[in-house]
Amino acid sequence: MTSHPLIRMLDRGSTLFLVLLGAFAIAIPVLNLLVPATSSLHVSTYLVALLGKYICYGLLALSIDLIWGYVGILSLGHGAFFALGGYAMGMYLMRQIGTRGVYADPILPDFMVFLNWKELPFFWYGFQNFGYAMFMVLFVPGLLAFVFGWFAFRSRVTGVYLSIITQALTYALLLGFFRNNFGFGGNNGLTDFKDILGFNIQADTTRNALLVISCLALGLCFLICRAIVTSKFGKVLVAIRDAEARTRFMGYRVESYKLFVFTVSACMAGVAGALYVPQVGIINPSEFAPANSIEAVIWVAVGGRGTLIGPVLGAFVVNYTKTFFTTGLLAPYWLFVLGGLFIGTTLFLPRGIVGAWAHWRAGVKEKSEAKRSAEAEDGMLPTRGSPSTQPGAAE
Amino acid sequence: MPGVVINMRGLFDRIRIFLRILLPSAVLFVAAVANAVAGPYEDALPGLTTDSYSDTAAALDQVSGSGSDLAAPLLQALKDQRLQFSAVEKKVLIKTADGKLLDAATGQPFAGTPPADLSNVRLNNRLRNLLDAALGSLTLMAADPNKRYDAAQSVFKSRDAATMPVLEKALAAEQNARVKAALMQAKAAIVVVTADAPAADKVAAIAVLRDRGDQDAMALLQTIPANAPPDVLAAVTEAKANIERNLALWGTVQNLWYGLSLGSVLLLAAIGLAITFGVMGVINMAHGEMVMLGAYTTFVVQEVIRTRYPGLFDYSLTIALPLAFVVAGAVGIAIERSVIRFLYGRPLETLLATWGISLVLQQAVRAAFGPTNKEVGNPSWMSGAFDLGGILITYNRLWIIVFTGIVFAALLGMLRFTRLGLEMRAVTQNRSMAAAVGIRTARIDALTFGLGSGIAGIAGVALSQIDNVSPNLGQGYIIDSFMVVVFGGVGNLWGTLVGALTLGIANKFLEPFAGAVLGKIAVLVFIILFIQKRPRGMFALKGRAIEA
Amino acid sequence: MNKSVHSAASRPTARKWLAAAAGVAMAAAGAFSPAKAQDTIKVGVLHSLSGTMAISETTLKDTILFLIDEQNKKGGVLGKKLEAVVVDPASNWPLFAEKARELIAKDKVSVVFGCWTSVSRKSVLPVFKELNSILFYPVQYEGEESERNVFYTGAAPNQQAIPAVDYLMSKDGGEVKRWVLAGTDYVYPRTTNKILEAYLKAKGVKEEDILVNYTPFGHADWQTIVADIKKFGSAGKKTAVVSTINGDANVPFYKELGNQGIKATDIPVVAFSVGEEELAGLDTKPLVGHLAAWNYFQSIKDAKNAEFIKAWQTYTKNPKRVTNDPMEAHVIGFHMWVKAVEKAGTIDPDKVIDVLPGTEAPNLTGGISKMLPNHHITKPVFIGEIKADGQFDVVWQTKDLVPGAAWSSYLPGSKDLVADWVTLKCGNYNTVTKKCGGSGS
Repeated sequence: MTSHPLIRMLDRGSTLFLVLLGAFAIAIPVLNLLVPATSSLHVSTYLVALLGKYICYGLLALSIDLIWGYVGILSLGHGAFFALGGYAMGMYLMRQIGTRGVYADPILPDFMVFLNWKELPFFWYGFQNFGYAMFMVLFVPGLLAFVFGWFAFRSRVTGVYLSIITQALTYALLLGFFRNNFGFGGNNGLTDFKDILGFNIQADTTRNALLVISCLALGLCFLICRAIVTSKFGKVLVAIRDAEARTRFMGYRVESYKLFVFTVSACMAGVAGALYVPQVGIINPSEFAPANSIEAVIWVAVGGRGTLIGPVLGAFVVNYTKTFFTTGLLAPYWLFVLGGLFIGTTLFLPRGIVGAWAHWRAGVKEKSEAKRSAEAEDGMLPTRGSPSTQPGAAE
Repeated sequence: MPGVVINMRGLFDRIRIFLRILLPSAVLFVAAVANAVAGPYEDALPGLTTDSYSDTAAALDQVSGSGSDLAAPLLQALKDQRLQFSAVEKKVLIKTADGKLLDAATGQPFAGTPPADLSNVRLNNRLRNLLDAALGSLTLMAADPNKRYDAAQSVFKSRDAATMPVLEKALAAEQNARVKAALMQAKAAIVVVTADAPAADKVAAIAVLRDRGDQDAMALLQTIPANAPPDVLAAVTEAKANIERNLALWGTVQNLWYGLSLGSVLLLAAIGLAITFGVMGVINMAHGEMVMLGAYTTFVVQEVIRTRYPGLFDYSLTIALPLAFVVAGAVGIAIERSVIRFLYGRPLETLLATWGISLVLQQAVRAAFGPTNKEVGNPSWMSGAFDLGGILITYNRLWIIVFTGIVFAALLGMLRFTRLGLEMRAVTQNRSMAAAVGIRTARIDALTFGLGSGIAGIAGVALSQIDNVSPNLGQGYIIDSFMVVVFGGVGNLWGTLVGALTLGIANKFLEPFAGAVLGKIAVLVFIILFIQKRPRGMFALKGRAIEA
Repeated sequence: MNKSVHSAASRPTARKWLAAAAGVAMAAAGAFSPAKAQDTIKVGVLHSLSGTMAISETTLKDTILFLIDEQNKKGGVLGKKLEAVVVDPASNWPLFAEKARELIAKDKVSVVFGCWTSVSRKSVLPVFKELNSILFYPVQYEGEESERNVFYTGAAPNQQAIPAVDYLMSKDGGEVKRWVLAGTDYVYPRTTNKILEAYLKAKGVKEEDILVNYTPFGHADWQTIVADIKKFGSAGKKTAVVSTINGDANVPFYKELGNQGIKATDIPVVAFSVGEEELAGLDTKPLVGHLAAWNYFQSIKDAKNAEFIKAWQTYTKNPKRVTNDPMEAHVIGFHMWVKAVEKAGTIDPDKVIDVLPGTEAPNLTGGISKMLPNHHITKPVFIGEIKADGQFDVVWQTKDLVPGAAWSSYLPGSKDLVADWVTLKCGNYNTVTKKCGGSGS
């Protein structure tokens, strides 16, 4: 490929995605803040909060797609990085409460006061500083991913083994954060936040600002992912996904490639978690639950892995379905729907929504091209894009 | 330490024992003590009609001291909640096991219409303790040695100095060595807690307790005040050191036993998973739900038995076993045929699809049976416990270990000696080569999946005896099962066995130091690190492929 | 590979993309559009119907539907019918917050009955404060909270834990001298045990006579812990276990107790989270005599209770359906809310919140419970012994109703705090500094 890297990065689909995302980030606040509530175009604050949450999920899905869709690493523990980022943000928000907690202790968060703690544990130091907290949002998930990945990839743990130990990782963290002695608020986690950088966290303007920032973060991370996957580096990643041993024999240090992408992906998940917490108002150990991580994987599968746009779409679709199905008469059927999605997607839509669409488009294009250029060729288009059809992928 | 004493302490046994000793014990007691005097017994009865615990306690004391031959049946009826009273008519009646009413004052059948406000004399724990002590001293000379043994134990517990005369008499008459030892210990217990007993007696009593060597003896020794005579104190120090050594030793044995028991539960839950993973390379996330289906099958079987054939209750598990195997196996084959076979070669997708299946199954069971726990009873042969030396072994854990052993052996035998086993091993080792020599791999896959699921189903029968039967049952075991399989290595049942037992025992030895949660985290971290060292588990199949 | 997907997207693709996105957006907007003008009063029900908490919470959802049904038969409230809006937060705490927001902002419910775990309550708290609505919380909890928008109809620690310990220290309770505080590791057991430890020490119990043990949620292997309890209990002093073990872990715990032969006469276990519903999953014969402390038992003989049980079993078409304490809390809370709305003559949350303190409603055990200025209610306390049929036999009860205390006087952090939403308008007024702590309005 000889075109300029920027052009390669921003193909039509990606440009469209970014434009839509930008439009979304402008339209929602405008419709919420400027359009009067009586107008039919008004977007309620409820919807703003909900969409903000979905954007964060979209970012989490994007980070999973980067490693699953392009390197073939199925992490069933990505929720751990998401939650760690969330905890870092939560700790900052807790320290901002100051004397407004129910016990009015200037230093200690409420849960420490009523468990009779006398001083702040050392790992809470510095979190009153926003910059430090944001650094930790990236650093803690990144470090964990780096250490974990360094061990795992170096000893060539792959496929389902890797999936299972990522699950063990998040499960161990779940058990740990449940412990009240751990100093993170136990099962209740961190909650009752007041403000962020001095802005009231419940104000409509703050909510809209958080939504816009989430969109920006998603857009930025999307660009980073595109930059990675469209570069030469990205080609090697795909090679690793499709034939790890061959890539190694060609002289590439497979472990280093994997480790780099895994760490980047974990940092992105951490950012998603950090943006999620102020919008949802609580972070607690249930975010570490293996079931949550697996659910995030299905967003990617529904949207289409290895497409970057698909996972974001998948996160929206699945979570909207969840919102829809957990209300009223449909309530008892939500798990049937979710379970059905898992089964249906893997059986009938292995490429996901976007993947299937692209595949179909490619087929149509092939046909029309074939028709145009009189030399008709038989047979299907080689399935270049769909990881699921690659023999031996990830096993 | 009196060697290995096996002491049946099943709760049901207790009740049955008391029912049977009712008559002979009363007769013997009368013969042993004194002529019945009418007064105090009758005077005590109105105290039972006020529905006040303190009045009942006073009446109970009076009745047991009355010497009346009606005392023991009355106390037994009270214990079994068959003693009824009418506050209006001031009457106390005994309901016999077959539903007849006796007048407690005379012991004769009650004539006339029963009072309208008849209700049970209520008990609380204090009264139950008083009752046990009273009945204990009344049954010290029962005909059956087991009853005498239990009576001696209950005197040991109550340490009531008032029973001393009866105890002495019983000791003199006792022939059975085991009962005699128990009586000696009961006597020693009383001597130790009696402040004015002679020092020499106390030293002898302490020696008896030292030989008993358990927690209860230790507890008694701790009650001896620091101002006791020096020779008594010396004996106490020596006895305590002795018992502590003994307890520490048995503590280790106990941990080992608990670890074995936890390990066998893990093995049972994981072994089906190991087969499917080994043969098909498929991670079945719905495995836990197969366990759950087995447990619900047990519940249904017990429900049917309870309503239709109550006599068969002790056989309910035996009936449930094959049914659970069939139910879970059939569901497994259905899953394989309808979903998994389309996903071969895509293990990660299989993982997601089976996770979806597990969600659907959970919610389906929730819809069918309701979200609450279901009661699955223990048959009598799985209830209770016995002492083996210094540790207590519960029957349900023992049977689960035995059962796991049988399942493991059967499975091993099947893999080793049957055609299906041979083909399964072939497919595990080299799928394409197996297919090339004419093995129908698709059929093997379906059967393997059915077998793995069926075993999960019978694991559910066993787990229903120790855990909740609820839609969430399977979720609790799935991650642990994965750990066992990954740790033990794929395609080798021995790996699974060693993996399960190692994890179980490690967990139980960590728990006393680190607590249940940290222990579990430590084990998880250990597995994560172990996998780095041996990415294919402890017992990996050797092969030449660079990528298995 | 990436090329194949994206370079394949040509112009028509983009157009279709746009159309698809617009479709999704429109579908979303349609589903989120506000409900039409209401001619009913909407009541939100926020209880998990799937996931781990469904086991306890489903019954509470049914209870509220039943109560609404009964109320509508009597003509509803303020001349309008009540309409239940049921959502399923699926035992997922962030989803609780989302669903609470949905109920209040989208469905415009006038009151919400919901939550079970403390974390779910903590998760929805900011939403109720922000959108100014009313939550009735029916479960016994750790206290240390009083919010303007929340009404706590379950027991505070002084209405359950402390009376239970008092009973065990009494002559009838066995004069217990040694204590095992066993709980699941989360905030309710932690706080309750902290309070109990302080209380026991104040009563002269020594440090070495208290054993505290925490286990994770859903703990299934109790062999070691039960053996430890047995060992701790054989030190020559009467020992009891105070159990704050949470729902699911109780069944294996009690099974192990029964099998290791720990009888209530040796070491009684008094539980705060085991009621009729939990016992329904157990063979209770080996457990006879173990205790539970609640503010209600199904077995309590009272005309109101009998009437309620009958109506409930008819409504659920299940003659064996049990009732339990949190259900009674919902019954009391619901009737209080109905009375308050009728008194205020409006469903306006501010007015209803102002009217609620002082409102009285009969409980099912023969007394009249009253909403206090601290948003907790007065309740009787009962100690029940487990019977062989899975019900409880009440062995002790308080003479009068006990007022719920939001802040424990046994914790150093909260001993100076009081809650009073009537005169002080504050949930955490500090009596020493004479200031409202800060989280109040």
